[in-house]
Amino acid sequence: MVTLTLDGIKISVPDGTSVLDAARQCDISIPTLCHHPKLTPHGGCRLCIVEIKGMFRPVTSCTTPVSEGMEVATKSPALEKLRRTIIELILSDHPNDCMICEMAGDCTLQELAYFYGIRENRFEGERRIYAKKDGNPLIERDMEKCILCNKCVRVCDEIQGVKAIDVAYRGFKSKVCPPYERDLNCEFCGQCIRVCPTGALTGKNWALKGRQKDIKGIDTICPYCGCGCSLTLNVRKNEIVRVTSKEDTINEGWLCPKGTFGYHFVSSPDRLTKPLIRIAPKNSNKLQVTSYKLKNRKDFKDSSPLPTGQAGVTRPSSLFREASWDEAFDLIAKKFKGIKEKHGPDAIAGLSSARCTNEENYLFQKFIRAAVGTNNVDHCARL
Amino acid sequence: MGTGGMAAGGSEVMEAFNREISEAGIEASVEKFCSMHKVGCRGLCAKDVLVDVIVGGKKTTYQYTKPGMVSRIVKEHLIKGEPVADWMVGEDYYSFHDKQTKVVLSDCGNIDPEKIESYFAVGGYEAAKKVLTSLSPEQTIDIIKKSGLRGRGGAGFSTGTKWEICRNTKAAQKYIICNADEGDPGAFMDRSVIEGNPHAVIEGMIIGAYSIGATKGYVYIRAEYPLAVERLRMALAQARGKNWLGKNILRSGLDFDIKIKLGAGAFVCGEETALIASIEGQRGMPRAKPPFPVHSGLWGKPTVINNVETLANIPYIIRKGADWFASFGTEKSKGTKVFALTGKVKNTGLIEVPMGMPLKEIVYDIGGGTNKGRTLKAVQTGGPSGGCIPSELIDINVDFESLAKVGSIVGSGGMVVLDNTDCMVNIAKFFLEFTQAESCGKCVPCRVGTKRLLEILSRITQGKGKEGDIELLEDLSHDIKASSLCGLGQTAPNPVLSTIRYFRNEYEAHIKESRCPAAVCKDLIEYSILADFCKGCGACMRVCSSKAITGEKKKPHSIAADVCVKCGACYDVWVFKIW
Ligand SMILES: Cc1cc2nc3c(=O)[nH]c(=O)nc-3n(C[C@H](O)[C@H](O)[C@H](O)COP(=O)(O)O)c2cc1C
Ligand code: SF4
Ligand code: SF4
Ligand code: SF4
Ligand code: FES
Repeated sequence: MVTLTLDGIKISVPDGTSVLDAARQCDISIPTLCHHPKLTPHGGCRLCIVEIKGMFRPVTSCTTPVSEGMEVATKSPALEKLRRTIIELILSDHPNDCMICEMAGDCTLQELAYFYGIRENRFEGERRIYAKKDGNPLIERDMEKCILCNKCVRVCDEIQGVKAIDVAYRGFKSKVCPPYERDLNCEFCGQCIRVCPTGALTGKNWALKGRQKDIKGIDTICPYCGCGCSLTLNVRKNEIVRVTSKEDTINEGWLCPKGTFGYHFVSSPDRLTKPLIRIAPKNSNKLQVTSYKLKNRKDFKDSSPLPTGQAGVTRPSSLFREASWDEAFDLIAKKFKGIKEKHGPDAIAGLSSARCTNEENYLFQKFIRAAVGTNNVDHCARL
Repeated sequence: MGTGGMAAGGSEVMEAFNREISEAGIEASVEKFCSMHKVGCRGLCAKDVLVDVIVGGKKTTYQYTKPGMVSRIVKEHLIKGEPVADWMVGEDYYSFHDKQTKVVLSDCGNIDPEKIESYFAVGGYEAAKKVLTSLSPEQTIDIIKKSGLRGRGGAGFSTGTKWEICRNTKAAQKYIICNADEGDPGAFMDRSVIEGNPHAVIEGMIIGAYSIGATKGYVYIRAEYPLAVERLRMALAQARGKNWLGKNILRSGLDFDIKIKLGAGAFVCGEETALIASIEGQRGMPRAKPPFPVHSGLWGKPTVINNVETLANIPYIIRKGADWFASFGTEKSKGTKVFALTGKVKNTGLIEVPMGMPLKEIVYDIGGGTNKGRTLKAVQTGGPSGGCIPSELIDINVDFESLAKVGSIVGSGGMVVLDNTDCMVNIAKFFLEFTQAESCGKCVPCRVGTKRLLEILSRITQGKGKEGDIELLEDLSHDIKASSLCGLGQTAPNPVLSTIRYFRNEYEAHIKESRCPAAVCKDLIEYSILADFCKGCGACMRVCSSKAITGEKKKPHSIAADVCVKCGACYDVWVFKIW
């Protein structure tokens, strides 16, 4: 343990703790833009500077490890002046369009400008203008709003292990981009959107779906796979407009592309909500399922990604009729029993899904083994 | 021949000598009785190509040698033994050298950098031999510490202390890196050392490796230095051939080899943590220190990074002793320093002087004063991280402490002489253009702050400066210096601050009177012909490449302002100087 003083408060923290973390442990707030607790410290925004006795210039608290007897001041007129200049400099190269920005109200930069009361800017000057937008289907990358905090680059490398983006160019022209400034073509996990402190990275399919204040967060578990990541459905007017995840969950707030972007099925008109019983004769094979390909971005904005009523697709309703759950279960039980009596239990096999939870899979094999009476049971993830 | 000598036509001159000698029929005797060497940089670039002809132990030096002159030199001097007096160097060549003290450059320009034997002949590798066979690492470090050698890469940290800290850091693997990135505009010291005496750097690295316990070394050198890279490659191969590199060097048990890593020409990659990132294959961006490279450097292992000149000093210190080295220089700045003397000075070139030499002696005695007889205005030292020393302070001693006191730095050794035709606002703008373009973009004050400094300076040079701009420049400069991550941002505003400090009136003239006192800022000057004085000789018309000047013979000419590009060519040839 190392003992140090922060703004006169004595605190002991484990060796290797950063000054910033130590300060946060004693509820001292220090502004940051490029710091993320799960990423390696960057030291780029320079907002977290503090004065340490014996050092002749301010140092960034996010990158400086504590040492025994250190005396730190996190606030002083000189520090506040430097922080102010830094925020002014960032804003001097930032589009002044909070009114139409997706992140308004949720943006760290906006909050800093608010707390520092910055309206006029002494450093008005050239701003980075990028005509070309990224044509990928999922992530809006508005690099004019990027403050180069490098969080997206680090999360993509350190958490996702993909390294799809990095900083290109030097000086004022520095820019975060995929190789050769092509359109982003990555895993689309959305980790970068999650960590971006500004409106530079947002999801294309939640554009214009409402401000944060109108959104109700509903915690649930992701239905896609057995990992069971925690989701927070962002619901407005009974429609899921976005999916997020909290940091104190089993998945630490990170999600995969499906969890992040694949929520449209919930309100798809093609979704089956009731059991169907086949009415067409056994050999009529009229039901064709055309495979669906992403053609353009527009399809993504549509809340129902499956095209409906296209020529050549027969709607299920002409082959099936709706039924109640009781009726459907009775029918299944009857058919299973029939097969079992006629051909023995080994004529039946069960294959379950990776999208079920462990408990569901346990119940399933129990059902196949104990109720049906066969060991023919397997699981799609065991390939 | 260094890069400069080659650009001046050194290779052609050498070819001409080969040709002329063989035509004269004395080729057969070349190998036997005489020999011809190409050597590294001789220092006095302004007089390139320089050729030494040694006959019977008597050395004659020719200046401005062109291939066409070779035939006469061969016939009259080589064959008849009568030096060609017309082309010999004059007094100034000797005064340029007399005031210098050469340690690092002592063999540069005298030995053939492409032959290891040439280096052996002047005592090369004897220092390494002494260290490996008779000194312990601790004893070696002690000698370096006692010599007072401080890093020549800019920061001036004690080399011995750096080595000692690294030696005392326990690790299975350590590295030594030679920093040959040299990105400052106007600097060519390190390039010349590697081109002129690459083995001295290698020998310094061997001694360093032994002292700190490293088995692997890197030379990080920019790809824009093809000749230096080529000579270094040759030197490494030759050193390996003689077992000065490789396994069990001199049967001392030391395994050590050196790899070359080419840099892509980013100034910031000279910063040690960015350099390490670049070797590791990352984008060359600095990181916060601590941890310092001596504790955790390349691949997380303890690493010593030293500048080329620092390392090239090492063999000489070991050979001649710490006391000998410490006898040069001042109390706190020991030894000599190589400077690249450029700008408006007569004898541009590479010089080496003891630390603490008065700036006046450097500029006037060695440099020969300003080149066009104009008045000296200032001397810029330390490149983009440095500042301008005004002519009033010309008596200042050039060492780490004295320069820092007046707001400049020794830096890596760039020294640019400015005369009264240099606009100080424009000079500051030039350096800011450089630092802004070379900022790695990592931190806000440097990335955006230097851009804003540059914008303010630009508008001042365009006559659009506002009341309060000088104060804004000063304020922003201080904030950038205080809050930037690495040395680049922390020093980038220095050219602005030092020019404001000593030449505030020039800034004010631009802002308040829309006037550029040095007549440099194009937006603030206009060329016109004084009709009363013009005799219509047409001299100005002939040099104007834009065809902006018109007029009949013997009648007053005039300049079309909309065509004139303000190059000043007409002003320079103007024959009727009236005041
Ligand atoms: C922006 C920047 C550029 C630098 N460029 C160089 C360089 O080109 N060569 C060099 O030797 N040191 C350079 N340095 C200094 C190095 O970081 C480092 O201090 C030096 O190589 C250490 O060697 P020394 O102790 O022998 O001086 C630079 C520093 C900064 C901040
Ligand atoms: S979506 Fe995921 S993989 Fe793609 S750039 Fe962002 S973090 Fe990297
Ligand atoms: S896109 Fe966002 S997260 Fe990435 S560097 Fe820019 S501001 Fe930071
Ligand atoms: S000061 Fe400039 S060069 Fe150094 S880390 Fe910051 S942005 Fe990069
Ligand atoms: S949070 Fe420390 S520098 Fe950005």
